[in-house]
Amino acid sequence: MVGLIGRKVGMTQVFDEKGVLTPVTVILIEDNVVVQKREVDKHGYSAAVLGSVALRKTLASKPYAGQFGESIAPTRFLAEVRDFGKECKVGETLGIDLFKEADLVDVVGTSKGKGYQGVMKRHGFHGGPGGHGAKFHREGGSTGMNTFPGHTPKGRRMPGRMGRERTTIQNLRVMAVDAENKALLVRGAIPGPRMTMVLVTSAKKRQ
Amino acid sequence: MDLIKAVEAAQIKEGAENFKVGDTVRVHFAIVEGQNERVQLFEGVVLQKKNSGLRKTFTVRKISYGVGVERIFPLHSPRVQKIEVVRSGKVRRAKLYYLRKRVGKAAKVAESFRRKQEESEPKPEET
Repeated sequence: MVGLIGRKVGMTQVFDEKGVLTPVTVILIEDNVVVQKREVDKHGYSAAVLGSVALRKTLASKPYAGQFGESIAPTRFLAEVRDFGKECKVGETLGIDLFKEADLVDVVGTSKGKGYQGVMKRHGFHGGPGGHGAKFHREGGSTGMNTFPGHTPKGRRMPGRMGRERTTIQNLRVMAVDAENKALLVRGAIPGPRMTMVLVTSAKKRQ
Repeated sequence: MDLIKAVEAAQIKEGAENFKVGDTVRVHFAIVEGQNERVQLFEGVVLQKKNSGLRKTFTVRKISYGVGVERIFPLHSPRVQKIEVVRSGKVRRAKLYYLRKRVGKAAKVAESFRRKQEESEPKPEET
């Protein structure tokens, strides 16, 4: 598996030579630095810790900056990629050339916060009829039984905060790699607001 | 945001937008039928332009056998091969939705002659 830290820029469309339009998301991939490596002998698993986007010196607290060692400048984003598929050393810079057109990738991001939402939006409950004298519209309905068991079962789906959680979209096709602009064009939508961090990795479940 | 413009720049057709809303245009649109490719013409009044950058589209309306037909073309699509301005129209708004409710002569757009002059003759020098 290979992976890189990027930032979601926004969406647009591309034409192919036949004139078919494809919706794409533009991901800005600035240089990624290998900050640390996890070894099987030492840590129990193998991974590469990547960092991207320069961080102002005053913003890096000592414990945070300490992770980077002396030779590497602290970065704003950090992410671990398991079983990194390319040989790399600590301090090495990786770029967008890890991906090529027609690859399949997974994109991990933090979805947009939706606030406090009801069960219809949050869990896809069907709700009740709108008319015909019905008095049951968007409520969740009953949350439990009677004296037995006497409490609401754990895990009952109810209203609450929705969104702003780690979300993975799998098997997105890379439509183009624009090395000059450091832009990766991926088919379809990816989670999160613009300019937030996303982790692009090679697809886990296909080829 | 500028990165999106930079990414789109490669696909944008320079000078493709040679018409205005209200103009009567003839769109040369390539149709792919299996192996063959042929060019179909669609002639009508430009009702509106929408969106920006690579995603810009325009709507053309014509009356075909008494039935109004509207087609939306992506301006920068490689299948839109050429856009000819047949007649330039004189309109005072950006979206000509009002044409949809009109029939016959009332659905016409007045022709603008001023623009044609600008194109053909250079401005007379001031004396």
